[in-house]
Amino acid sequence: MSAPSMSKTGSKVLSRIALALLYIFLYVPIIVVIVMSFNSGRSVLRWEGFSLDWYVKAFSPGPLMSGLQVTLIVALASTAIAVVLGTMLAIGVHRYARGPLARSLATLPAFIPDILLGIGILSMFGLAKAAIGLHSVILAHASFEIAIVAAVLLARLGSMEKSLEEASTNLGASGTTTFMRVVLPQLAPAIVAGAALGFTLSLDEFLMAFFTTSTNSQTLPIQIYSMVRFGVTPEVNALAAVMFVVSLGAVLLAQRIVMPLMFRRKP
Amino acid sequence: MRRSGLVQLSAAAAVAAIALTACSSGGSTELDPNADISEQTLTISTWPEYYSPTLAEDFEAATGVKLNIVHHATNEEGFAKVTASADSGIDIVFLAGNFISVLVEEGLASEIDQNAVPNLENLYPEVRKFAFDPDLKHNVPYAWGTTGLCYREDLVAETPDSWADLLEPAPEAVGKTTLMDDMRWTFIPAQRLLGYSINTTDEAELDEVGAVLKNAAQKSLAFDNTTYGEKLIAGEAVISHGHDGWCNTAASEDPRVSFAMPKEGSDLWVDGMVLLKSSKNREAAHAFMNYILETENQTWLVENLLYNVPNRAAMESLPDELFEKYPALIRDGASLAQMEQIEDVGDAIDIYNRINTEIRAG
Amino acid sequence: MTKPVRSYRSRQTRAVGAILTLGIPGLFLLLFVAVPLGVVLVSAFFKRGRIGGFKPEFTLENFAELTRPVYAQVLGSSLLMSATVTLICLVVAYAAVWAMRTLTPRGRIIALVAILIPFWTSFLIRAYAWMLLLGDAGTINGALQLFGVIETPLRMLYSPEAVILVLVYLYLPLMILPLAASAEGLDSSLGDAARNLGASPWRSFRTVDLPLTLPGALTGAVLVFVPSMSNFVVPDLIGGGRVLLIGNVIQDQFLVARNWPLGSVLALVLLLLLVLLLVAQSMVIRRIQGGSK
Repeated sequence: MSAPSMSKTGSKVLSRIALALLYIFLYVPIIVVIVMSFNSGRSVLRWEGFSLDWYVKAFSPGPLMSGLQVTLIVALASTAIAVVLGTMLAIGVHRYARGPLARSLATLPAFIPDILLGIGILSMFGLAKAAIGLHSVILAHASFEIAIVAAVLLARLGSMEKSLEEASTNLGASGTTTFMRVVLPQLAPAIVAGAALGFTLSLDEFLMAFFTTSTNSQTLPIQIYSMVRFGVTPEVNALAAVMFVVSLGAVLLAQRIVMPLMFRRKP
Repeated sequence: MRRSGLVQLSAAAAVAAIALTACSSGGSTELDPNADISEQTLTISTWPEYYSPTLAEDFEAATGVKLNIVHHATNEEGFAKVTASADSGIDIVFLAGNFISVLVEEGLASEIDQNAVPNLENLYPEVRKFAFDPDLKHNVPYAWGTTGLCYREDLVAETPDSWADLLEPAPEAVGKTTLMDDMRWTFIPAQRLLGYSINTTDEAELDEVGAVLKNAAQKSLAFDNTTYGEKLIAGEAVISHGHDGWCNTAASEDPRVSFAMPKEGSDLWVDGMVLLKSSKNREAAHAFMNYILETENQTWLVENLLYNVPNRAAMESLPDELFEKYPALIRDGASLAQMEQIEDVGDAIDIYNRINTEIRAG
Repeated sequence: MTKPVRSYRSRQTRAVGAILTLGIPGLFLLLFVAVPLGVVLVSAFFKRGRIGGFKPEFTLENFAELTRPVYAQVLGSSLLMSATVTLICLVVAYAAVWAMRTLTPRGRIIALVAILIPFWTSFLIRAYAWMLLLGDAGTINGALQLFGVIETPLRMLYSPEAVILVLVYLYLPLMILPLAASAEGLDSSLGDAARNLGASPWRSFRTVDLPLTLPGALTGAVLVFVPSMSNFVVPDLIGGGRVLLIGNVIQDQFLVARNWPLGSVLALVLLLLLVLLLVAQSMVIRRIQGGSK
């Protein structure tokens, strides 16, 4: 979509304004929350003095910190399961069942509405009279993460250079050796990418966790939800500010590492 | 300190009582006299801010039991939590009477060893006659009261005295009313206004109630159980359906907030503590319930949240000025006990649920 | 390229390999995706338990309940609201991606990442942030009153419009990303060619850019439409309980009304809609990809 040459400057200005508006829309709510995290009072309208109290409160032992702990455990466990099973699934589909049906089935769980999977697992446990808890959340998250890892890997496998694989086989290497020495190393970045994506999605996942947790396994989003239902919660503001800074930092860090890599290797 | 000394005494008394019980008869309560309660952890589910901010610390200091507090915003939520799975991880849940009776029916509520809760004698005798749990076999009452109109004196043209002021608001209150979010209580204003019982199961009556509420919801600000006090203080809301206690609390923060009982009458709700059968910390639970009923501990609720408690000893230990200042606080337990209570309606709850959905579908 | 001849032994290894790599994850997914969905399907025919859960007795009463007008009403308003959110996201996303074309490739990546950063803050916090902004005693009203634009606060929160706004805010990145990805593949020379042949910018957009970015747009549309239908947090927090979407009603059945079978029926309706949507999406994609070569 290129701009006509006649009003190139005009459309350039328009573009800049459009983007500026977009970023204002996206960032103002977060900035308000961050600013409020330093307000010693609770009201948005009255500045009652600078304070770091809410940060102290947010990061002392309490619902937010225990929620964070639960969330991290769930994310790590579910991602670990998903990496193993998702990789297996992707390789299996790629080698043995390459049709569109198998691919769709493998990636379908990622498209099922969270709420459906959540109530499904709750119902299943309920019918079996089994208790829900940390394990049910981990299993729920692992399910959709497997599909995500598989999807990422299948995309990568599809565009991988077959010649290396064939050369290896032609030179007499067994299937397993080919796999371990040729295919797997090439897959490694994709596995990491799929794992990272799954991990991130698990961290913020709310709906599934909402139905499949019990009192002793409340993830961070669920704790936040409980707190914000009762009105303005400055501790949540402090947590939000920290999360924002962390993700900003991660992006800046990644940019320093990734960007040079991307723009050095011209095809 | 005098206070903690008294409390420690009561905890010791509780443990002694437990020991005595176990010696006497092999009752179904089966409390272990040798249990070291300081090794038990107690998890309670209750409404946020419904207890002293230092409750966990004070209780641990008194008994050595670690207290873990989780919240529910409505009775439905609390009830769902403890019934969702075989072991919810909750030992004691705070619920209203009509929910307690269902827990008892379903066999989820444990019987309480009354010998282990000697402070039960602090309560008004009337509480032992409540239909939802006669003789206090399964619950220990925590607070009671009514709901009514919580409003801003300076923002209403006339002092509200009827549920109609909430449901068919005057111009200055349109878009500035809040209805309750806890389903059965949502219905009370309309049921009372139309003269029906708050426990009616008649579908025709309930459809009428639904129509009134639907109209009221369209003219309202929001459904709110927990933050209407803040909304009133901020002026976002002018009239709310509120609990007498929370309203008193808002009034203590901002004297422009006031409580009025509608002439059509309201309900009596009783919140009780229920020990779940799935609990593995029964001894600690009994110690907790006894601790709460301690006169000094229960007065916290009255002095700070301005709620009525069914604890006669506590109510009578408080200064007269408090009762003069907040007329909603009543020492006469007998008169409170006479009001109609919300009872479980069995299968008719489906009608209530359907209408609840219709009201909110806008 | 000739396929290598397969000996009996390698056929065996192949079978074992297939069973392992497909079987184990397959079993997991069967147990934790297929079976739960199956339970939802089957439980739609059960009676409700007294206090929740199911009574495994066959009944059609849940489907009968579904015929009550209120459910059609809620479904209708959910569809309308989600469609509105999706449409707004589409327009804004196209505008954003169009604007990004004037940036360098490096700039474009920065721009996209800048859109993602807020997305990494918890979704609940981002929704709650709007409560701070839109309330009667919130930032926007405060600012407007400070500058004398208004005297009494504007009522913004607790309305369907606020819910739409916040849903757009939450899901916009999901629309922008696939669209930007498919726009990356656009060769500007096609657009230039169209204009050299006399087409206006709008016509060039409609006949060249639009069809080529449609797959990305449709992916984005599905990614936005589905979650906004089943979201119950935003209608709850931002709608004040007065805006009811299908996600709220389903959640309600499980946690408030404790009528699990009815919740299952409603969830099945949602699933049906999703399937129809995906089928429609793939049909449209196949048509345009078959058409514009």
